[in-house]
Amino acid sequence: MVYEAKSGHPGGSLSATDILTVLYSKVLRHDPQRPDWPERDRFVMSKGHCTPVQYALLAELGYIPIEELDTFRRSGTRLQGHSVLGRPPGVENSAGSLGMGLSFGLGIALGARLRDLDSDVYVLMGDGEQNEGQVWEAVMAAAHHKTDRLVALIDRNGIQNDDFTKNVMVTEPLDEKYRAFGWEVRSDVDGHDPAAVEEALSWGRDVSGAPACIIFDTVKGKGVSFMENNPAFHGAPPSDEQFEQAMAELGDGEAS
Amino acid sequence: MTVPAPAATREALGPTLVRLRQEGEDIVVFDADLGKSTSARLFASEFPERFFTFGIAEQNMVSAAAGAATLGSAVFISTFSVFAEHAFDQLRMSVVQPKLNVKLVASHGGVSAGEDGASAQSVEDIAVMSSLVHCNVIVPADVVEAAAVVEVAAKTPGPFYIRTARPKTAVLYPDGTRFQLGKADLMRDGGDLTIIAYGLMVERALQAAKDLAAAGIDARVLNMATIRPLDVDALEAAARDTGAIVVAEEHLVHSGLGAMCAQTLATRNPVPMEFVGVENRYGESGTWSEVLEIVGLTSDAVVAAAKRAVARKA
Repeated sequence: MVYEAKSGHPGGSLSATDILTVLYSKVLRHDPQRPDWPERDRFVMSKGHCTPVQYALLAELGYIPIEELDTFRRSGTRLQGHSVLGRPPGVENSAGSLGMGLSFGLGIALGARLRDLDSDVYVLMGDGEQNEGQVWEAVMAAAHHKTDRLVALIDRNGIQNDDFTKNVMVTEPLDEKYRAFGWEVRSDVDGHDPAAVEEALSWGRDVSGAPACIIFDTVKGKGVSFMENNPAFHGAPPSDEQFEQAMAELGDGEAS
Repeated sequence: MTVPAPAATREALGPTLVRLRQEGEDIVVFDADLGKSTSARLFASEFPERFFTFGIAEQNMVSAAAGAATLGSAVFISTFSVFAEHAFDQLRMSVVQPKLNVKLVASHGGVSAGEDGASAQSVEDIAVMSSLVHCNVIVPADVVEAAAVVEVAAKTPGPFYIRTARPKTAVLYPDGTRFQLGKADLMRDGGDLTIIAYGLMVERALQAAKDLAAAGIDARVLNMATIRPLDVDALEAAARDTGAIVVAEEHLVHSGLGAMCAQTLATRNPVPMEFVGVENRYGESGTWSEVLEIVGLTSDAVVAAAKRAVARKA
């Protein structure tokens, strides 16, 4: 998709692919035929530049035709470069300015609680995104309101736009920070081990009395040797040659 | 007939929300530690399960309100207008672009925040909020209209910015007056020029019209409480019928309602226009009426502008 569009953010999509694949296929209660089902669980994509992985999953799950993925970032498409609520159905929020998704998810959790809905809310953030002050406003408020149906997922791939996260702004120790704010935390989860991801997501769903945070250790650009841990592929598409190599490495010969 | 005691437009919010909830409206209220000043906190004592505190954290409150609104409630959030500007990106991204049902009621709007001083007086909030696509922007002229505006906002899906004011000002409308979104209210008819105003400048426009009548100038006065969407029909009619327009507002002149009216009329029916507002400056501390004098928001200033506009008519 990013290759076809000649723009986009492959690195952070690939680091989150295993987490979201397990979330959508094993944990999230949703119905592709009824994207507005009131009792559904919600997935909020806070790192709104990582739409490729979400669109790919929505296509695999039947929300949209697979062929539509080729329209990503093109004029007339429903598949906007960054998240837009309702485009396509299944996208629960608008995002792109980082730091807003946890607040948005908190609001959903409060509204769902008021309505006695049996809905969990999962919010995916980046580790670089933890730089944003609004994240910590939401962390404080979620603990205050004890929204235990809210689960924060942090894709800790260690790289942000310009450089390695530790060089741009130190965010660690993230686990201690979330705990200090009153969250239940599971840290150092291998974000590329499906069994570990599923176990952690189930744990997060079942936490009661406080919001839950899962910090996944991931590899930016996972699965593509030249993208892995390479800050150059935060927001850049692969070349023709790189694309062929990447598709071969990912085990999908189809250049789609 | 007794004249009602002056009241602040901000005082309408809490009581109106309580009444609407009692009538069954699906209202939720989020608050950022200014609920006593905005009057939103009244709602908490009646419906505590529908009132959520967010602390002094406007950005989180705005995005969270958007999330809660996806479940179908009208989510009312309130703070002071300068702090509403603090969460502009959250309004744009979380609320307005996805057209969610969030109503931001911002009190202490304009220089009439008075003693709070220059840094606490929003002279640019109307420009900021009007810059957003499809966000309704409203400034009621008195406490009666403020209550009616809150009711219409609660019952109309989509984003609203409602500016209320700190000081107690004259009550201009009879109790129970309805508010029509997007329609200017004709407060006084006249044929020589039209004075367009909103908020506390409506009272000053009416006083100016009286003074102008004594000088033989017959002024129409429109309360343009809805700034967005602008009542283009009323504006065109004013230009056509009266041939001159003064816009008076508690806001920066270069980016307020006057600029929007001038842009609209430029392509439809240009007529002489004059503007009364804050001229490229911040306010300062003082009583609210002193500050209005200092920045030139008086009925005398409206009269002078009206005379200039009429003199320019061909």
